[in-house]
Amino acid sequence: MNTELLGVIVLFAITVLLAIPFGSYIAKVYAGHKTPLDPIFNPLDKLLYKVSGINEKREMTWKEHMFALLTINVVWFLLGIFVLMNQSWLPLNPDMNPDQTADLAFNTSISFIVNCNLQHYSGETGVSYLSQLFLMFLQFVSAGTGMAAAAIVFIALKNRTTDKLGNFYALLVKSCTRILLPMSIVVGAVLAFNGTPMTFDGKDTIVNVQGDTVQVSTGPVAGFVAIKHLGTNGGGFYGTNSAHPLENPNYFTNMLEMFSQMIIPLAMIFAFGFFLQRKKFGWMVFGVMTAGFLLLLVPTMVWEINGNPAIGKMGVDISAGAMEGKEVRFGSAASAFWSIATTVISTGSVNAMHDSTMPLSGMTELLAMMTNAFYGGCGAGILNFFIFIVLAVFISGLMVGRTPEFFGKKIEAREMKIAMIVALLHPLLILAGTALASAFPEITSANLNNPGFHGFSEMLYEYTSSAANNGSGFEGLGDNNPWWNITTGIVLILSRYLPIIGPVAIAGLLARKKFVPEGAGTLPTDSATFGLMILGVIVIIAALSFFPALTLGPIAEYFSMK
Amino acid sequence: MKMNLLPAIRLTIATLVLFCVVYPAVVWGIAQLAPNNGKGEVITVGGKRYYANVGQQFTEDRYFNSRPSAVDYNAAGSAGSNKGPSNPDYLQSVQTRLDTFLLHNPGVQKNDVPVELVTASGSGLDPDISEQGARVQAARIAKVRGISETAVKELIAKHTEGPLLGLFGPAHINVLKLNLALDQLK
Repeated sequence: MNTELLGVIVLFAITVLLAIPFGSYIAKVYAGHKTPLDPIFNPLDKLLYKVSGINEKREMTWKEHMFALLTINVVWFLLGIFVLMNQSWLPLNPDMNPDQTADLAFNTSISFIVNCNLQHYSGETGVSYLSQLFLMFLQFVSAGTGMAAAAIVFIALKNRTTDKLGNFYALLVKSCTRILLPMSIVVGAVLAFNGTPMTFDGKDTIVNVQGDTVQVSTGPVAGFVAIKHLGTNGGGFYGTNSAHPLENPNYFTNMLEMFSQMIIPLAMIFAFGFFLQRKKFGWMVFGVMTAGFLLLLVPTMVWEINGNPAIGKMGVDISAGAMEGKEVRFGSAASAFWSIATTVISTGSVNAMHDSTMPLSGMTELLAMMTNAFYGGCGAGILNFFIFIVLAVFISGLMVGRTPEFFGKKIEAREMKIAMIVALLHPLLILAGTALASAFPEITSANLNNPGFHGFSEMLYEYTSSAANNGSGFEGLGDNNPWWNITTGIVLILSRYLPIIGPVAIAGLLARKKFVPEGAGTLPTDSATFGLMILGVIVIIAALSFFPALTLGPIAEYFSMK
Repeated sequence: MKMNLLPAIRLTIATLVLFCVVYPAVVWGIAQLAPNNGKGEVITVGGKRYYANVGQQFTEDRYFNSRPSAVDYNAAGSAGSNKGPSNPDYLQSVQTRLDTFLLHNPGVQKNDVPVELVTASGSGLDPDISEQGARVQAARIAKVRGISETAVKELIAKHTEGPLLGLFGPAHINVLKLNLALDQLK
C-alpha cells in the first residue's frame, strides 16, 4: 500500500510543478507573445485562417464572440448527427457496427460538442472507426471552445476600458493547435509504445489458452485516449474507458493519463495569474481549488483503501481495498485518486467503475461534480470559478459596507443577476432532472442496476454528470433509451452554454466599465481571507442545494450498511 | 449568425483535416516504430498469438485462475459488474465465489483469500492478480499437475512484477504469462 500512496503523491506533485511553466506558456499563447513553437504553428494557423476566410485580427465584442461560438457549435452538432446516423455505410467500419438511433445520435453528438462525453453507447459496438475519428475531432474543438471562452474572460479582465476582446476563431485555433495538438501527439506516441493499439484493422480473433475463441477489439486507440484526457473530455474508445487494459495498459500509462487530464486545468489557473500579471491571484485560486480537491480526495482514498466491510465480514482478506470494479495493476489508491480527479476536473474518464465504489465515495464523486469548480474542465473550470468569485466579491462587499469591485471594476446589479442565474442553474438541472426521473418509476426503474438507495444514486449521478458536463457514470444505469438520451441531452445543452455565456457576459460588461484604481478602500481579492470567503460560498451553495438529495442516496446507503 | 456561418463551416472542414486525418496519421506513423507496429503487445507461444495485456478466462484447476469477470473475458465487449457495495444479490454472489474457491482449494483459510479473487474487475478483462492471489492457488496446482509446491511458488516469485521503478503502484502478476510459464514447467 505504501508504493500505491507514493505513486499518487508523486504524480500530483509532478503535475502541479509542471503546470506552472505550462501556464506561463498558455498565457503567452493567448497574449500573442513569442513562444518556441512559433516557427511551426504560425504558418499552420495562418493557413487555417486563410482557408477559412477568417481575419484573425478583427476584434470582437463579447456578444460577437458568443454568436461565433454558438454558430460553429451548431455546425459541429449537425455534422455529428449525420455521421453517427449514417456510420454503417460510411467508410472505416471494419466491425460492421450499425447506425445510431436518432435519440442516441442526438445525445452522443451533444455530449461530445459540450465536452461531456456521456456515452450511452459502448465503444466496441456502438461506433465505427470513422465515428471515433470524428468524435476525436470534437474532443479537440470542444476543449478548444472552453479554453477560448476562458481566454475571452482573461482578456476582458485586463485593466482597461474596452469592448474589443480579441478574435474568437483565433483563440479557438490557438487553443487547439498550440496547446492540445502538440501534447496529444507526445502522449499518443508514448501510449502506443506502452501497448495501446493505434491501428485501423478490425477485430482480431484469438484462441485462448483454455481453447475459447474470443474476439479482441482494437482500433486507433492511442490517438483517441491522448486527446480524451488532455481535453478533459473523458469519452473512452472502449466501453470501460481507461479501466480497459488496451486503453490503459500499465501503472505508468495510468500515471500519464492522470497527468494528462489534470495538466491543462491546473495550468489554466496559473495562466490566469500570468496573463493578468497577478500571480498572487493565481496562487489564491489554486489554493482554494486544491483545498476543495483535498477535502474530497483524502476521505475517498481512506474509504476505498479500507475496502467493503460487507465483504470483510465474509472473512476474505480485504487489505487490497474495495476491488469490485477496480483493476489489480492500478490498485485501490490510484483508482480512488482518479475517481476524484476525474470528477472535479469534468473529465469523466474512469479507471474503475464508480457504481461499485463505497457509498460515501459515491457521495464525494457526486460532490466534486456538484461544486464543479475545483480545477474544472479545460477552460470551463475557470469560468465556473469566476462565477463564485463574483458572488464572493459581492457578499464580502456587502458585509464590510463597500461597493463591491473586482480588479478595479464595479460589480453591479446586472452582473450579479447573471451570476446568480448561472450559480442556481446547476442545482436546478440536477435536482429537477432527478426528481422527474423519480416521478416516473414505470419508465425509469427498469433501467436501474441496483436496488434501494443505490438505485436512486444511479439516477442522481446521471443528471449530475450531465449538468457538470463530466461524462462519467454509475454505469449500471441502462441509459441508452429515449428517456435518458433526450432528458440528459437537454440538460447537457443548458449546462454547457449558459455557464459559458454568463461569465463571458459578466467579463464583457465589466470590461466596458470605467477603471477605478485600487485604493485603501478596495477589498483585496488575492488574499487568503478572500480565498476562504470563496470556499465558503462554494460550500454553502453546494451543501444547501444538494444535501437533501445526497441523504436519499449515498448517505442512506452508508447507514444501511452499518 | 449569417456572418459567422461561412467561416464556421470552412474552419470546421479545415480543422477536420487537421484532427481527423493529419493527427491520427502522425500518431499512427510513430506507432509503426512501436513493438508489433502499434497493434498492442502480443505474445507468441507455440505458434499461438495472445494479447499480453488482455486478460483471459482461466477457470480450470490446472491453471492459475483469473479474477471473476462480468463479461466472461469477452474482449469485444468490455464491462464491469457495476454492482453497488450494498447490493444483497451481489454480496450473495461474492459469498458463492468464496465458497467455490475454498471447495477447489481445500486447506486454504478464508482470510488468506485476497479480495480480488472474489470481485469482478472494472474492465472485465483484468490481466492480473496479486502475488497472494497466485500463492493461495499454488497447492492446488501442484497437486493437479503432480509437481512440487515449491516449484510453483518459485514460478510465482519469478513472475511477480514489482511496483513501477520499485516505487510506484502495486505489485501484480500477469495471469496469462504465469500460466504459459506453468505449461513450460516439467
